[in-house]
Amino acid sequence: MKEKQKGTVLDISAGLALQNKFMSMGIYKGREITKISHIGLKGPVAIKVGRSVLVLGHGVANKIVIESHD
Amino acid sequence: MIKKIFLVGNPNVGKSVVFSRLTGVQVISSNYAGTTVEIMRGFLKLGDQEIEVIDLPGTYSLEPSSKAEEVVGSLLNESTKNEIAVINIVDTTNLERNLYLTLQLLEAGLPVMICLNMCDEAKHHGVTIDIAGLEKILGIPVVSTCAVTGSGIKTLVEKIKEIKIKPRDKSSHRDRWQAIGEIIEQVQRLTHRHHNLRELLEDASVRPFSGAFIAIGVMFASFEIVRFIGESLISRIADPIFLNFYQPLLIKLSPLLGEESFFHHLLIGDLINGKIDFKQSLGLLTTAPYIEFAMVLPYIISFYLVLGLLEDIGILPRLAMLLDNLLHRIGLHGFAIIPVLLGLGCNVPGILATRNLESRRERFIAATLISIGIPCVALQAMILGLLGGYSGFYVSGVYLVLLVIWVVLGVILNHTVKGYSPELLVEIPPYRLPSLSTLWKKLFLRIKGFVIEAAPLVLLGVLIINVLLYFKLFDLFTALFAPVIKGLFGLPKEAVVALVMGLFRKDVAVGMLMPLALSVKQLFIAAVLLAVSFPCAATFVVFFKELGFKDLLKATLIMVAVALITGSLLNLVIR
Repeated sequence: MKEKQKGTVLDISAGLALQNKFMSMGIYKGREITKISHIGLKGPVAIKVGRSVLVLGHGVANKIVIESHD
Repeated sequence: MIKKIFLVGNPNVGKSVVFSRLTGVQVISSNYAGTTVEIMRGFLKLGDQEIEVIDLPGTYSLEPSSKAEEVVGSLLNESTKNEIAVINIVDTTNLERNLYLTLQLLEAGLPVMICLNMCDEAKHHGVTIDIAGLEKILGIPVVSTCAVTGSGIKTLVEKIKEIKIKPRDKSSHRDRWQAIGEIIEQVQRLTHRHHNLRELLEDASVRPFSGAFIAIGVMFASFEIVRFIGESLISRIADPIFLNFYQPLLIKLSPLLGEESFFHHLLIGDLINGKIDFKQSLGLLTTAPYIEFAMVLPYIISFYLVLGLLEDIGILPRLAMLLDNLLHRIGLHGFAIIPVLLGLGCNVPGILATRNLESRRERFIAATLISIGIPCVALQAMILGLLGGYSGFYVSGVYLVLLVIWVVLGVILNHTVKGYSPELLVEIPPYRLPSLSTLWKKLFLRIKGFVIEAAPLVLLGVLIINVLLYFKLFDLFTALFAPVIKGLFGLPKEAVVALVMGLFRKDVAVGMLMPLALSVKQLFIAAVLLAVSFPCAATFVVFFKELGFKDLLKATLIMVAVALITGSLLNLVIR
């Protein structure tokens, strides 16, 4: 996913605890998110969800499957 | 009958500011998620009734994922539901995400009202909320406030009486978000606005190159400002007061006590070349107040002023993102930079702030690295005082050695400590213009905390040392440790006293090195040794409370090993 690109969350392949955490922060299947930036190749990713900006560590970000809008 | 009011809300929505407004109790608030790690209690007068108000750490949901969040769920579950009220503090600019917790609170059958905070910011962002509409949909009182300025707080207090239990059926996560979407559609209106300068800056600071550039610039500027303000306070205010007003008084007192008497030794200490020397005399009325108020306090003021600014603008979480990669190498993630920065002021709040880290392994690594590798501002000020007279190489040398220890120890801990290290997952707040009153209150609180906690300990430390030295009680002790100190570290045996004192309070310990007439090399080694050992008795206590006896013991053993290795290596390497 490129910077400034929008996408929809297709799937979250994480355990229940992390799913719940994502859920409470507003990341869930069908939700639209925008990528802002990432640091380095395996670094954290900044995304915009609704009106908030979240930073996800690389490993966490990897668990979210996105279908990007072109 | 309401007996307790809980303030509940997402992280960084301003719960602590509302708490201060309601109770008059001053607490530290900043612009990042997780400032409050302890539960704060205060009282609100409502008519002729006193109600306890409890400020809880921020949480996204009632299903906890960190230690700070766990506390919230358990406290709310324990209480009898008709004796409490929950004020759900909500960030108006981000109603959608905040409502998730609101719905959970309602589903749990708790009596809730909503406080739509940060109304001023919402206006800037072009967000308008139909308050009456929201009240109608949820069936609970809703008040719009701006806690930083205090507007809306009066209405908030008046509406507390109207809080009632308004149960909602339990629903699944998906249905909850569905419901929120519908509510938002009805009550929230957005006026579209163009990107402004602040938003451009916000974006730039989370991109790799511009972000690193901004971060390095900010850190460098902060360091310079801290030093400049600290030095100016010392040379323009503290030193003149001590030398021009205080010293003449002591000079009159000295002959009254008689130079050889016990009390002279205790209060004024030794005369150096027939004069009182604030840095070397080591008396209760001379060196003790001078260390605290003329050497350490100026840096406490300048450090916390700058830290407060950084906290309130909202730079720290962005640093967390930029440093995430590096901190992963030592078993932590980016957010750990916040406890570390707090530790540079005082290790105690630094270790407390590790509560925001999710796993025990992370907390142990972070707390150990803070207590060993991060010098508190009192110690840094004293090291500047001790080595500042020599070339700048020595002062930066201490930092360099500490950084190397930090990284090496971190990598080792990362490979040896069992458990898992979770990933960074944190919200980045918008940049905010700090409010002067919040900044000032925070600075005042921290300085007050320092003076109240440190001053008596420093006096006590100097007192104990003086009594022990006068009756020569240290001699056995110094003889015992002399081989290590002399053989390994190349320090004179008198330095034992200072190093041992270092476990109690660092600033006093450094103060004790000053009269010993050490060479630069010896001063350098002693400074590093003091820096790597536990900062003070208070840190021991907090470490024990937070992580338990076993971890404290482990950290202490690591500390001793680090001190032994570093001290001997430096002694061998430096000529």
